[in-house]
Amino acid sequence: MNTKSKSYQSLYVSDISCASCVNTIETALKSLPGVEEVEVNFADRTVNVTGDIAQEVLIKAIASSGYTASLTEGNTQDSDKENQELIHYKELLKKTIVAGVISLIIVAVTMLNLIPDLTSFRGQVYWGIVSVLSLFVLVYAGGRFFTGALKSFKNHNANMDTLVALGTGVAWLYSTLVVIYPSSVSEVARHVYFDTATLIIAFINLGSALEMRARGKTSEAIKRLIGLQPKTARVLRDGQEVDIPIDRVLLNDVIRVRPGEKIPVDGELTEGSSHVDESMLTGEPIPVSKNVGDEVVGGSVNKSGSFLFKATHIGKDTALSQIIEMVRKAQNTKPEIGRLADKVSSIFVPTVMIIAAITMLVWFNFGPDPKLTYILLTTVAVLIIACPCALGLATPISVMVGVGKAAEYGVLIRKGDALQKAGQLTTVVLDKTGTITEGKPVVTALEYSDGSNEEELLKIAASVEINSEHPLAEAVVEASKEKNIALSTIESFEAISGHGVKAIYQQKTVLLGNRKLMQDNNIDLGNLGDRSEELSKLGQTVVFVSLDRKLLGLIGISDPIKTDSKEAIQRLQEIGIKVVMLTGDNRATAQTVANLVGVDDFIAEVLPQDKADQITTLQKKGEKVAMVGDGINDAPALAGADVGFAIGTGTDVAIESADITLMRGSLNGVADAIAISKATLSNIKENLIGAFAYNTLAIPIAAGILYPFTGILLSPIIAGAAMALSSVTVVTNANRLRWFKP
Amino acid sequence: MEILVNLIGVLLIAFIVWWFWVYKKQSEATIEGSSIDIIVDSGVYEPSVIHAKVGEEITLRFIRKDNNPCSEKVLFSDLDVSADLPFNAPYNMTFTPDKKGEFEFACQMGMYRGKLIVE
Repeated sequence: MNTKSKSYQSLYVSDISCASCVNTIETALKSLPGVEEVEVNFADRTVNVTGDIAQEVLIKAIASSGYTASLTEGNTQDSDKENQELIHYKELLKKTIVAGVISLIIVAVTMLNLIPDLTSFRGQVYWGIVSVLSLFVLVYAGGRFFTGALKSFKNHNANMDTLVALGTGVAWLYSTLVVIYPSSVSEVARHVYFDTATLIIAFINLGSALEMRARGKTSEAIKRLIGLQPKTARVLRDGQEVDIPIDRVLLNDVIRVRPGEKIPVDGELTEGSSHVDESMLTGEPIPVSKNVGDEVVGGSVNKSGSFLFKATHIGKDTALSQIIEMVRKAQNTKPEIGRLADKVSSIFVPTVMIIAAITMLVWFNFGPDPKLTYILLTTVAVLIIACPCALGLATPISVMVGVGKAAEYGVLIRKGDALQKAGQLTTVVLDKTGTITEGKPVVTALEYSDGSNEEELLKIAASVEINSEHPLAEAVVEASKEKNIALSTIESFEAISGHGVKAIYQQKTVLLGNRKLMQDNNIDLGNLGDRSEELSKLGQTVVFVSLDRKLLGLIGISDPIKTDSKEAIQRLQEIGIKVVMLTGDNRATAQTVANLVGVDDFIAEVLPQDKADQITTLQKKGEKVAMVGDGINDAPALAGADVGFAIGTGTDVAIESADITLMRGSLNGVADAIAISKATLSNIKENLIGAFAYNTLAIPIAAGILYPFTGILLSPIIAGAAMALSSVTVVTNANRLRWFKP
Repeated sequence: MEILVNLIGVLLIAFIVWWFWVYKKQSEATIEGSSIDIIVDSGVYEPSVIHAKVGEEITLRFIRKDNNPCSEKVLFSDLDVSADLPFNAPYNMTFTPDKKGEFEFACQMGMYRGKLIVE
């Protein structure tokens, strides 16, 4: 589903400070052609525009009326987010300390018997003061639980706030009633539980603070990606170079990049030249040469020269932003395994409330005296110990870390489901061209007949092949360029399907093609016939060239195997995955490549449109199949596989047919993705088992199930500590994945 | 006395079942024009039930007023739409529902809950 809007846009204007600003901006925008509706929001400093108009025009118009507009969505908010989190963290710590100190005072006062008991009026007054003090803790440090619980209740909803508010509220209310009407309960039951209420609040605030710290670490991968983007750009405006924030760069702005600086947005080089380090996107460690007309990518680092480039993609549209958005989106998805926890957590809180009510009734009917004390202790413990957060967090928090970890290795996972499926694969099907091999055929052998020479052979072949679009023809032309051979024009060109080409060169007939073409034209191959067979066995495709029925020589072309393909295939086999190669090549060439890289099996002579059928055949045999291909020609096969990997696409991340996109060209990405998926899946399982086991064991214990047998009853204070720890444990366990190395 | 307490207990359980699972009347709203404001605060989306028409582009304008990290994400799992909500600033989620049905949306932990009804 497309989340981009064409008709509705929102901008953030940081310097709206008065009501008159609203009018100025409204008037400026309404005068623009295409704008239908303008809404300026003074409170949250946003401007919402409906209409068919480009964002940069809006930003310029706002700027010309004296204000600064930027995008409301995306990365610009991230530094704000971090600040907010820090503020919230400090706030939680402050609340923990206040609640903790007051709780300790109450505990000390109670344990040291510093206050007279409730039989005297003085005792009632002193305990009244304690009650007010704990009410302060409840309101100051626990107020959000009560407002949250109330709002949720009104909405027929219940969450963790409901449980905390009920537990601590009941403890405080009961205790306060005992202080006001001590005679209403029997002497043995005349206890107060102010310390219980305040300590629970302290523990839960501490737990939230720790959880927040741990959660911050789960999004480190995203932060690192965002960190690749520079904050400012040096833009040419009115003939001058000015530094402006990156979110104010407009399309077609001309930007200066000096050596050592990061390229701010995507664009096209217009002046100068340089070498650019794009390793963060492509994994290619050697800086790439860039000249006028070449594309440059935002976030990559300019190594040598200074240059100017024109911005072609800005804001959300840059490759880096798209990668960040894709990772962020994937982090928000849940694999199938998490669905059960979702269902349980949706009914969890009311269920716990019902269990608490049943606990109350059981202790009332069957419990020992003083009944009221037991009822209070067990009911509060049940409400407090139940932890919906641990259950709710178990899956998503591991997915966040796992998807982030994968991104660090150049593996972009589109959905949580792919993570789960990649962990269960049994067979990986690799397309040969461009996946196992570089996908860029090169001339690897040049053999000429007596009377000819290398230059003549290549010149004639390239002069003919420059008219062809075949990938093998490109290799021949490229080889002639490397040797600085000037090409001649040919008089005619004719493709002979499945065999080669026929051309007229300087009034002589050139035939260029396979052995069959030569045989059909009775051209003697001489000793080059044997040589061509040797080259075929090495996996090379052989092209013969003849001039006026006389063989000039042969050209051996091969698509080199990527240096790490063999190692990556071995890695897959070591974890028990069967590797199958799929290719359109003939059996002999396929066999050679298969032997060289060591795949378990290969399927040769497969037409592009039949690739998807081969996947289905494997699936019917009960295999869980991954298809690895280029994402364009292999789209149906990628979509049909259990997990589709698009390989080596560099900055092009928007490949819909692939579940996983490998930014780097190496097949190791597949092994990395599978290893990370397996690790994430077992992390999720640990979390889920832990959270389910915790709740199913802790709740009955809190209800007092052990009491009849052992006399043990869980203190609500311990329940509070356990609950606070349980969600911290889940997040910490997920964070272990950060250290995982595939 | 005992009977009364037991009766209250049973009624309490019945009330919990009725209030949270059976009655389920939530704050509902129909999108007028093309956008609607949804306040994210204190464990609740307000409004939490939103009616929209199939094939018509809608903008859900989330305004998050709760700085608790739980409220940070909003996920429409069935629609493959999600967002990270900035604190105290609006976030426009614009999309076109292309199928009819009831689609739940929730925070990452499933504590904040809402429903988009596409008719």
